[in-house]
Amino acid sequence: MIEASLKQLSAALAQKKISSVELTTLFLDRIEQYNPTLNAFITLDRERTLAAARAADAQLAKVGAGGTAAAGQAAPLLGIPLAHKDIFCTAGWRTTCGSKMLANFVSPYDAHVVERFSNAGMVLLGKCNMDEFAMGSSNETSHFGPVKNPWDLTCVPGGSSGGSATAVAARLTPAATGTDTGGSIRQPAALCGLTGLKPTYGVVSRYGMIAFASSLDQGGPMAKSAEDCALLLNAMAGFDPRDSTSLERPAEDYSRDLEKPLAGLKIGLPREFFAEGMDAGVRAAVEAAVAEYRKLGATTVEVGLPNSNLSVPAYYVIAPAEASSNLSRFDGVRYGHRAPDYADLNDMYAKSRAQGFGAEVKRRILIGTYVLSHGYYDAYYLKAQKIRRLIAADFAAAFKECDVILGPTTPSPAFKFGAKAADPVQMYLSDIYTIAVNLAGLPGMSIPCGFDNGLPVGLQIVGPWFGEAKMLNVAHQYQLLTDWHRRMPSGLGT
Amino acid sequence: MSWEVVIGLETHAQLQTRSKIFSGAAIAFGAAPNRQACAVDIALPGVLPVLNREAVVCAIKFGLAVGANIAPRSIFARKNYFYPDLPKGYQISQFETPVVSGGGLTIRVGDAEKFVHLTRAHLEEDAGKSLHEDFHGKTGIDLNRAGTPLLEIVTEPDMCSSAEAVAYAKALHALVTWIGICDGNMQEGSFRCDANVSVRRPGAPLGTRREVKNLNSFRFLQQAIDYEIQWQINEIEEGRKIHQATVLFDPDTGETRTMRSKEDAHDYRYFPDPDLLPLEITAAWIDEVRSGLPELPQAMQQRLASDYALSPYDAATLTATREIAGYFEAVVATAGATNAKLCANWVMGELVARLNRDELEFSASPVSAARLAGMILRIADGTLSSKLAKEVFEALWTDTATSADSVIEARGLRQVSDAAAIEPIIDAVLAANAKSVEEFRAGKDKAFNALVGQVMKASKGKANPQQVHDLLRKKLR
Repeated sequence: MIEASLKQLSAALAQKKISSVELTTLFLDRIEQYNPTLNAFITLDRERTLAAARAADAQLAKVGAGGTAAAGQAAPLLGIPLAHKDIFCTAGWRTTCGSKMLANFVSPYDAHVVERFSNAGMVLLGKCNMDEFAMGSSNETSHFGPVKNPWDLTCVPGGSSGGSATAVAARLTPAATGTDTGGSIRQPAALCGLTGLKPTYGVVSRYGMIAFASSLDQGGPMAKSAEDCALLLNAMAGFDPRDSTSLERPAEDYSRDLEKPLAGLKIGLPREFFAEGMDAGVRAAVEAAVAEYRKLGATTVEVGLPNSNLSVPAYYVIAPAEASSNLSRFDGVRYGHRAPDYADLNDMYAKSRAQGFGAEVKRRILIGTYVLSHGYYDAYYLKAQKIRRLIAADFAAAFKECDVILGPTTPSPAFKFGAKAADPVQMYLSDIYTIAVNLAGLPGMSIPCGFDNGLPVGLQIVGPWFGEAKMLNVAHQYQLLTDWHRRMPSGLGT
Repeated sequence: MSWEVVIGLETHAQLQTRSKIFSGAAIAFGAAPNRQACAVDIALPGVLPVLNREAVVCAIKFGLAVGANIAPRSIFARKNYFYPDLPKGYQISQFETPVVSGGGLTIRVGDAEKFVHLTRAHLEEDAGKSLHEDFHGKTGIDLNRAGTPLLEIVTEPDMCSSAEAVAYAKALHALVTWIGICDGNMQEGSFRCDANVSVRRPGAPLGTRREVKNLNSFRFLQQAIDYEIQWQINEIEEGRKIHQATVLFDPDTGETRTMRSKEDAHDYRYFPDPDLLPLEITAAWIDEVRSGLPELPQAMQQRLASDYALSPYDAATLTATREIAGYFEAVVATAGATNAKLCANWVMGELVARLNRDELEFSASPVSAARLAGMILRIADGTLSSKLAKEVFEALWTDTATSADSVIEARGLRQVSDAAAIEPIIDAVLAANAKSVEEFRAGKDKAFNALVGQVMKASKGKANPQQVHDLLRKKLR
């Protein structure tokens, strides 16, 4: 059952082979068993979860009266458990964003994404660990301790959606939500051997998703397969009037193209991504995947993304700038951590924020404050925005020559705890292939494509704006031929 | 040596929208603390702003009313600073590209007219309130006002006296209430001014300015500017320099005191708000708003002066607010354009005096425009003398069910203009007042007035005074 796809789970629930309570209990028990080691969850609430499962069973009794698999199609996610990254505000649940600042914050409202999944009848298993305020690529910045990579407990799971990635990889949940500002879905998906998708900016509402960098943040699904991601995206995507950057477009069925053959597909291979800096094992796996695609009838073309070397510096101006302002609301006045002792107002601000935020968050607030300061704004922020437009133009030009772009998701597989923690620039470079996609607002995904020294390697698929259905098609066809996405870390039962 | 004063004003007008500028919470004044603050207003984690289009309509109306440019694309920016009543740690405002730029207002001080140029007007949200009383050394925060839509209207440094500044503020106040974008309630803070004041020797470059913040009455505006001018002149004459600063006016002492100097000025780190798209205003939207605008006060003033031959003073008084203008036009509509001057006199005179005495708005006047017009028609056709009219007006004021004609009928107030009726009264008065007649003939003019008074008294005020006058002269000749 823990290996089943969402479609299979839905059918089993509809046919009454298993109840939602039974299915949920199965995963809750796995969480109880393995989470103390893996630390993938920050908050669990067995009673609340089981209450939701019982409600789903009541629903299933109504819609699935016929007991047919077809009945499951009408409500394809009803009764299936899910985990949310702890960045999504969830009514009645503690929502910490991985920070001491919000360690006791219980949200009075649901994020749009949370609302969508609960309307779809999914059962919330718990809130997943993450880098503090989504700032990190290793999950080492979480106030609640690092998440372990189930493939190697001495390695990081990636970040910032590391808890979600580990939870899915260890089969503690069938699927999870993540958010991606510079690679925070795709990089941990790659490091944990999952399928993760960051949609086009504006496809998934940011309402209730605690902001890191507003112009880059985007929520998305993390699951075992492209097929699962398509079903999850169907529930997540859609216009939300509460988010001004949410796009008003007709609803899409992201599963619609899954089965299309790939003959004639034009794959762009950016020469900059294949130049240097990639581990040999990663290169081998990615090149082997490209060879598979050729077998499927795709052709490849070399494309150029000449400004991609500027994406990391531009990102580390724009994202901290927005973050420095977004995180100002955490001032100890209305909610969140307030220092117990302080002399006056400024002292309260200083102490509350000094105590409530960790080192990486402070570093980014300082960088952001600096680049927005009078006299520096033009040299940093404005210049970075110009670079951003150049990068988007590079992609637009590349997509005139190809349907999707393929490349590595990360330069190396999962690294050891502490390996990059002391050197922020090394840490930032682990997102070198993913960041440009956020700057351009494009959809990107990562799928497992092999192993390097026993650790999963991710293949990144980048599409043009609103190219999600095509990307999912490209991923699914590969997953029909390969079983990388079905591999499971050992030592976690079956 | 003389001094020249340079003043520019920044005015915050609270816009009359139903809900806040970036959230759906209501904006009524006086609710219990924090009862009109939703998740967005208190800046919970994860919430996002959504622009209220009603606030944009207000900005467009204002831009059209002052002949300004309305930007086809303007940007909301974040102004970052920490304060407990600023929930997000930044205020959403407009910085580099405001929605309205240019335009201006004509003001009148004495007989002189002046055009005050506007630099810009931009949309922004208000902050909450910090309450320092009743919290035993702590501070209470009320976020009801947080997110209230404001239009900040900035002038060029075009004014050179407190009188001009007050005239501008009054003209602006009249305009924003006229076009219905602001209720103009200064006590509640719906309309408040900051004054930038500097002094210089004639011909010298601009002096260093100091900004007096948050003046919420025309009187405080005038007092604060006058104090500030004198203070700055004294400083310079005593050999000190003026330093750029933000100051507060204390109405109790009538003095200003420094709040912060330029050195501790914030670096607000403005940048475009990534949560909001650029504000795009199409020509069609502007046209739609234009078609809903009322006739503007300046245009109406000119129309009243030319159509009804009213003096510029009367026309200005009758267009001071949309209420008085509307009332006047309604009276004229019934009483007729030929009686416009009479209508103007009654509206600006007796009616305004009674409304002020009873602290009533035009909309609550016990005497409706139609009933006042009914009375004015009776004055115009000679039925009522002005004295009798006052009695009729009094009756109309106290009994809202009655009309001028029924009062005249019921009380027999009809003016007597029939010589055959008046002459016997005059004869009787002359017979009874031989002494006065003698005095008049001896050249005492006062005696004549006494005789007129006696006739009027004898007729119970109903005799047509002009006719009494004429007939009496004839008889005494």
